[in-house]
Amino acid sequence: MQTPAAFEYERATSVDGAIASLERLGSEARVIAGGHSLLPMMKLRLANPEHLIDINDLTELSYIREQDGEIRIGAMTRHVDLLRSDVLAEHFPLFRDAETVIADPVVRNRGTIGGSLCQADAAEDLSAVCAAVKASVVIRGSGGERVVSMDGFHVGPFTTAVGAAEILTEVRLPVRPNGGSAHEKVERRAGDWAIAAASAAVWMQDGMIGDAGIALSAVGLTTIHVTRAEELLRGKAPSDDLYAEAGTIASEDCSPTSDGRGPVDYKRHLAGVLTQRALRRATARALHQEA
Amino acid sequence: MTINVSMTVNGTQVSHEIEPRMLLVHFIRETLELTGTHWGCDTSNCGACVVRIDGQPVKSCTILAAMCDGHEVATVESLEVDGQLDPIQMGFHERHALQCGFCTPGMLMTTRALLDENPDPTDHEIRVAISGAICRCTGYKNIVSAVRWAAEHEAATANREG
Repeated sequence: MQTPAAFEYERATSVDGAIASLERLGSEARVIAGGHSLLPMMKLRLANPEHLIDINDLTELSYIREQDGEIRIGAMTRHVDLLRSDVLAEHFPLFRDAETVIADPVVRNRGTIGGSLCQADAAEDLSAVCAAVKASVVIRGSGGERVVSMDGFHVGPFTTAVGAAEILTEVRLPVRPNGGSAHEKVERRAGDWAIAAASAAVWMQDGMIGDAGIALSAVGLTTIHVTRAEELLRGKAPSDDLYAEAGTIASEDCSPTSDGRGPVDYKRHLAGVLTQRALRRATARALHQEA
Repeated sequence: MTINVSMTVNGTQVSHEIEPRMLLVHFIRETLELTGTHWGCDTSNCGACVVRIDGQPVKSCTILAAMCDGHEVATVESLEVDGQLDPIQMGFHERHALQCGFCTPGMLMTTRALLDENPDPTDHEIRVAISGAICRCTGYKNIVSAVRWAAEHEAATANREG
């Protein structure tokens, strides 16, 4: 039987209250949202918090809305709500691509976007999704809020810019004209972690790719931002040859390890192929030509 | 340290002193002695422990009982009322959708929730709904068939009564 080690439990009634608790209790306190990453880690003693602060009552952090040219997503928004959101699917269809294949429907009833991002598991899909669409996150502490880009957010394996007494409260997705996006994943069976996954976004300008975002899951110690491929794409006309070139860069710039899900060369190959597919679909969506 | 948790389980208010680390599945099985809910993989993969919290199916091995304080929990024991089986239970019986029966409580709660939201699911939608639930006996075919049976039974009943 797997049961977490003993801890003390309290429920937050406000974001500021949760932050005050984190400050008071120190580094051995952790926030728990959906709990579908943290509780398994606690069962395995990979995480041993002495205090859990339950933020599930903070329904004010559960929303998806358009504001100031951005889609803003509250940190407690659950996977099921991301999957079903029409406004999100309209502007950033890669969210629906990803949410269809994240865990299973019952797990998606609990897991949250804030929890997924803060877990910062390199095999997790939403970190790559958010990186590809150039999201930023709002991090709140007792001193106020700061807004951090995904580049600055991912610090290392399972490590983010969120400090010990801070909470990620919101994800912001800038809406830019003529955009398209897609997420492609290969998994061994329904609900499993990716063997590899690629997120891509493009923003078209005068028939050319004005800007692009590419990020990979499960092929490195952290989410891989493929900035070299993004640079390649800028200012170029979309073509299968161009996607293939970007895919080659993606397979070169990732750093997978061999495990039960496959050897290194296979994962590099997948990263390349999935990058190509995601780019092709993202561009077709941007041009309203999706088959 | 123990804390007091109070919740509604199958319509009955319960209140107990428990350790905060107690998982909901153990609270249901050991504290409340409702052993219909099965405890399987312990890793949120198998779906045998699915119960409904405020109507939503959730894997009870991966939620603390303390997190359910103030909420409504429904277990497989809630399906049968006064000796009358729920149509989903009747469907599993009619279509032989279980052999060893270990996965059945989770399958029933997961598919009951599906039908509440989508009374006429396609086979594909049923398979997606139970993609987080593992059955090692049936090959799933009879489970899908049972859910269809229940959907059709409920539609026919509604027509007769409507």
